[in-house]
Amino acid sequence: MIVELGHFALILGFAVALFQATVPLWGAIRGDAVLARLGAQAALVHFALLALAFAALTHAYLVSDFSVLNVFQNSHSLKPLIYKWSGVWGNHEGSMLLWVLILALFGAGVAVFSKRLPDDMLGATLGVQGLIASAFCAFLIFASNPFLRMPNPPIEGRDLNPVLQDPGLAIHPPLLYLGYVGFSIVFSFAAAALVLGRVDAAFARMIRPWTLAAWITLTLGIAMGSYWAYYELGWGGYWFWDPVENASLMPWLTGTALLHSAIVLEKREALKTWTILLAVVTFSLSLLGTFLVRSGVLTSVHAFAVDPERGLFILLILIAFIGGSFALFAARASALQGGGLFAPISREGALVFNNLFLSVASLAVFVGTLYPLLLEALTGAKISVGPPFFNLTAVPLMVPLFLAIPFGQKLAWKRGDLLGASQRLWICMALGVVGAAISAYAAGGGPVLALAGIGLGIFLVLGALDDLLDRGLRGGIGMIGARLRAIPQSITAMALAHAGAGLMVIGISATAFETEKIAAMKPGETLALDGYTLRLEGIGPVTGPNYNAIAAEFSLRDPAGTELARLRPAKRVYIGRQMPTSEVGRYRHGLSEIYLAIGETSDGQHVDLRAYHKPFVLLIWLGPLLMSIGGILSLLDRRLRIGVPARRARLRPEPAE
Amino acid sequence: MTRKQKRLAMIGAIGLVLAVATGLILVALQDQIMFFRSPTEVVQGKVKPGEAFRLGGLVETGSLVKEPNQIVRFVVTDGANTVRVTHQGILPDLFREGQGVVTEGKLEPGGVFNASTVLARHDENYMPREVADSLKQQGVWKDGKGESKGAKP
Repeated sequence: MIVELGHFALILGFAVALFQATVPLWGAIRGDAVLARLGAQAALVHFALLALAFAALTHAYLVSDFSVLNVFQNSHSLKPLIYKWSGVWGNHEGSMLLWVLILALFGAGVAVFSKRLPDDMLGATLGVQGLIASAFCAFLIFASNPFLRMPNPPIEGRDLNPVLQDPGLAIHPPLLYLGYVGFSIVFSFAAAALVLGRVDAAFARMIRPWTLAAWITLTLGIAMGSYWAYYELGWGGYWFWDPVENASLMPWLTGTALLHSAIVLEKREALKTWTILLAVVTFSLSLLGTFLVRSGVLTSVHAFAVDPERGLFILLILIAFIGGSFALFAARASALQGGGLFAPISREGALVFNNLFLSVASLAVFVGTLYPLLLEALTGAKISVGPPFFNLTAVPLMVPLFLAIPFGQKLAWKRGDLLGASQRLWICMALGVVGAAISAYAAGGGPVLALAGIGLGIFLVLGALDDLLDRGLRGGIGMIGARLRAIPQSITAMALAHAGAGLMVIGISATAFETEKIAAMKPGETLALDGYTLRLEGIGPVTGPNYNAIAAEFSLRDPAGTELARLRPAKRVYIGRQMPTSEVGRYRHGLSEIYLAIGETSDGQHVDLRAYHKPFVLLIWLGPLLMSIGGILSLLDRRLRIGVPARRARLRPEPAE
Repeated sequence: MTRKQKRLAMIGAIGLVLAVATGLILVALQDQIMFFRSPTEVVQGKVKPGEAFRLGGLVETGSLVKEPNQIVRFVVTDGANTVRVTHQGILPDLFREGQGVVTEGKLEPGGVFNASTVLARHDENYMPREVADSLKQQGVWKDGKGESKGAKP
């Protein structure tokens, strides 16, 4: 009954989305404020219905209702509660429902915070959002319906893929979708602005909080996915340049560019067409990512339900939205007035530099990801474009960008003074070189590129924070607390986000200094790893709620011989699918980690061990975390929360009081 | 600088960056891509000597041999032809005889494929598309036999 209720809510939600896609849009174009304002109500109702549908599916998972095909295929009665709950989106249909729910969430968000939006802008934006929602609701209902029943319900389900039975599943997809799908509302704003022909500073202020929110969650989602892959797959890798990873990186790159170009639009009323284009491209790339993940056209470790029919459906949605928005862009962009040129050495010039490099890097990732498809279509040859391609293209394109960040931060608007700005940065740069030299000394040499990367990272962190230090010290040491508090929150936010990028660069560069050892070990044997000693204490079976495991227990001792920890890497076999997975054993010291994974233990007498010492590896994820904290600070900045100044008189007549 | 000169300088700089990026991409596409080969293609000699490529197919049942120092040997087949593979390291969790596998490496003079990487998969039913295609060509694979059921989004 509850499942049918959810199914019905989904269909009703589709109908409301169709209403939202037509009436408010029509009202906005015709200048009918009452019809345009209906968009807000429709968006709220649509969200409520989809939340109901989602709750119904969640309920089916929690009570293990195996008469629902989707639950049968992806759940098991013995599964711990958290995975029953997060398993809702651990499969194609459920995750598409989450996708549409988040789409509705952003529409509802705009409806709630719409008081200061002009009526026509609100109607047009929510209308476009309704169009997207209609397309994806149709996809859910007709091609990936999670509410389908089975005539003869089985007693037990087929279980969730064991790799997904991890707290990571509870966090990573929702965050990633919030980011991916969050850009939909920015896209809708851009399309509305094109339809209404109004792109100005007020527009930049309108999209700012939404772009930031999407960007923050996308950053966290990607970082979380990378961290999850690191500890779950047992390879110690954090980024594989897998097509699906690239699919999330591309909108992140253009979304980051959008975040910066919107600042130029807001402050200088320049880069109008470019900002609109970025908004369109960013969401188009999100859609492309959805298509790549769901259609299975590219081989990826993220094996999703490979179904040509679904792929075709999403491809059609993709073509309709990308084609439609670009046609709209081509037709209306020329009507937007350019904001004039500005000096290359200025804050806005630096932001153009940022946009140029981010877009070009995104282009490189795009080519690398889609080239195999193109080549296969043209010649039939099957190729794979792996890490070497991206290391040679995207990475060098990011280096000038990282180098320029501290300088851009110091430049003033309109006319900057590069020499004056860079005076203090020479000190940061020198400290970066010193840091790299110290690393080289500590590690006893090392690859030149990795050392340069560490130097670059240190320069970035110091350069980003130097601004805060400079402002803080202006009133003397005694005043530092008061001065720091007086710094506008957005300046602190920028400094932290840029410092986060620096930390990430250091973490990635430091992977060049990791040590890997592979050994077959019997109980009692020891292995030396960068001064640490690992001793295999024993091998034994472990029983979990829905798996059996063989675990090996290692004691870890530091050079002085003190025992630091017991690590228990294991090999689990899940009962439902009889599928083995690795559990790694990790020991953290400072920002570095000792990481152990074992291979299959066929005879129970010895284990194949893969042991790593990874210096400063945690910086890879702490950096993006700091970036997001910067984003959140910026989102909370009171100065920027002032509503959009009313450019035109409101269309709706105010009642006389 | 006049307005016109500024505009030219801006366009020139953007063009330069684009040119560099295009150059990098083209060079990388020349040198840094890997072809996917089936055992039949390898046996037919389609592989250039010293070329790094991806070899995919099924792990022949009963062919897996584990040797000391984490060296493993197995045979990859597409039903018509076979290639012997050697790899040093720990095999991924989902490596099984009779199932699909994709390996990366180079062919050694003796005709043995030295795999530097054996690719991991996330799902036990998942069949890499290239492997499925090459097996279909040999008539070993039929549609629907190994459909994939859900995995990481």
